[in-house]
Amino acid sequence: MVEHIDLVNWSRAQFALTAMYHWVFVPLTLGLAYIMAFMETIYVRTGDEEWKRITKFWQTLFGVNFAIGVATGLILEFEFGTNWSNYSWFVGDIFGAPLAIEGIMAFFMESTFIAIMFFGWNKVSKKFHLLSTWLVALGANLSALWILVANAWMQYPAGMHFNPDTARNEMHNFWEVLFSPVAINKFLHTITSGYVLAAVFVIGISAWFLLKGRHILMAKRSIVIASVFGLISALYLAFTGDGSAYQVAQKQPMKLAAMEGLYEGRNAAGLVVVGVLAPDKEVDNEKDPFIFKVEIPKMLSFLGYRNSEAFVPGIKDIINGGYTFVDKDGNEQIALSAEEKIKRGKIAIQALADYRNASDIGNKEEKLQQKALLDENFKYFGYGYLNNPKSIVPNVPLTFYSFRIMVGLGFLFIAFFVVILVLVMREKLTQYRWILWISVFLIPFAYIASQAGWIVAEVGRQPWVIQDILPTVAAVSRIDAGAVQVTFVLFSIIFTLLLIAEIKIMLKQIKIGPKEGGE
Amino acid sequence: MEKRNILQRIFLFYYNGFKSMTVGKTLWTIIIIKLIIMFLILKPFFFPNVLKRNFKTPEERSRYVIENLTNTNK
Repeated sequence: MVEHIDLVNWSRAQFALTAMYHWVFVPLTLGLAYIMAFMETIYVRTGDEEWKRITKFWQTLFGVNFAIGVATGLILEFEFGTNWSNYSWFVGDIFGAPLAIEGIMAFFMESTFIAIMFFGWNKVSKKFHLLSTWLVALGANLSALWILVANAWMQYPAGMHFNPDTARNEMHNFWEVLFSPVAINKFLHTITSGYVLAAVFVIGISAWFLLKGRHILMAKRSIVIASVFGLISALYLAFTGDGSAYQVAQKQPMKLAAMEGLYEGRNAAGLVVVGVLAPDKEVDNEKDPFIFKVEIPKMLSFLGYRNSEAFVPGIKDIINGGYTFVDKDGNEQIALSAEEKIKRGKIAIQALADYRNASDIGNKEEKLQQKALLDENFKYFGYGYLNNPKSIVPNVPLTFYSFRIMVGLGFLFIAFFVVILVLVMREKLTQYRWILWISVFLIPFAYIASQAGWIVAEVGRQPWVIQDILPTVAAVSRIDAGAVQVTFVLFSIIFTLLLIAEIKIMLKQIKIGPKEGGE
Repeated sequence: MEKRNILQRIFLFYYNGFKSMTVGKTLWTIIIIKLIIMFLILKPFFFPNVLKRNFKTPEERSRYVIENLTNTNK
């Protein structure tokens, strides 16, 4: 079995494993920090010591999550240098700059104020402590900003130009990278998913206390804060999700087609709410892609193009080309076929090779000619590594089902927060023990929704590491696949141990409860 | 009472903070073990920076990457 999985697949699997484990720890930090900050704000404003006790309890769980998760992201950076060295070099400072800013600004800001947040109770003024808690929350979210800007650039490369002398992309407009519509939507959508997860987490743990009849006041107050924060976040999450999907429709139409299982494009396309894909459907057969589906008419066209009659290209259309679309400058264009893009990509790659040769022998005229040819075809550069037009199609079932899991759970959480909030306001929550149990069991589903979101984003954009410019097959280092397999196993063990440690320590702290909870 | 300067106060703030930790001690142990595994085992033995290890200058690295990128038959 192992021999059939090549270096690229093992490198991808390893990166996916480490990224997904990393993302187990991150979202709770993003949201819980704000929930704690709100709780402490109430404490400072009212002087009610119970709010201090509540804040300190959640702060302990935040600390456990932060400590276990901290630096797990660095492993991804190790992998860039070892497994993805072509990619690391090729992206140049575009990827490096946001990550460096993240390291210097956000991480240090977060770390400095975390010390005050944990050690500073009764040692610094109440207001300064509160400020530190807010700055921890802000720092955690700023960390996420720079990582997500880097990721968004890979989905929609903007603000750069390729330098054939160094084989690196160089940033010519930092603001275009930072404020690209994909980056803004990705950042807002991702951090709010963390807020929703944290709210579900706080409600779940508090519900457990209510079920056990312990720390009732703390649990009820925590539920009030978390359900309000969760509801606002979940509604905003739906809004930013719409924004993200709109950007996908404009910039990554193949991902949208995979998300919808849409093989044949059409005008006034409907949005599949639930559906079962036909397992034997391929791009080149005429079988119905669905065994069963429930669709909202015209909704996909409306959401993707803000026009209920708009044409949404399907997988086959994107492969065959010939449909009309609006480019980033607002001009109508006829889409090229994947075959034509592959041809142009190969021209670009050859132009880079010829440019290099001309450079070596000092032929300036030839260099200029090849540079012009490269520039003309660079936007198809990545296609030159593909030999089959069908290889631009990502894993449709994985993308399709992950998208529905993410969206389905997202709407479930909105309903959940509404129900909890109504019951809390009517002081009836403790009467419905089954709702309290549901609250507890929903915690893992918040993580599943969050992971499903990343699967949509990352699997849906395959085969690209950088959209249209570099496929995974060209980004990977020429190293021994065996070494990648060894580290894959090693990471599986290390991260699983960390996760077990986190769960054990957290459960212990939850069992201890707020009164005796350590710092 | 003796008045301490700012550096002494910062030192004591951290010193007392670390000393009075409860669950924090376990967490710091995990963090230190994790960092040791990452930087003393994983990074040097399993995750060398391939380009930095194999090539001395940026020119050599760019030449190698261009070779990789343009030789699509490899």
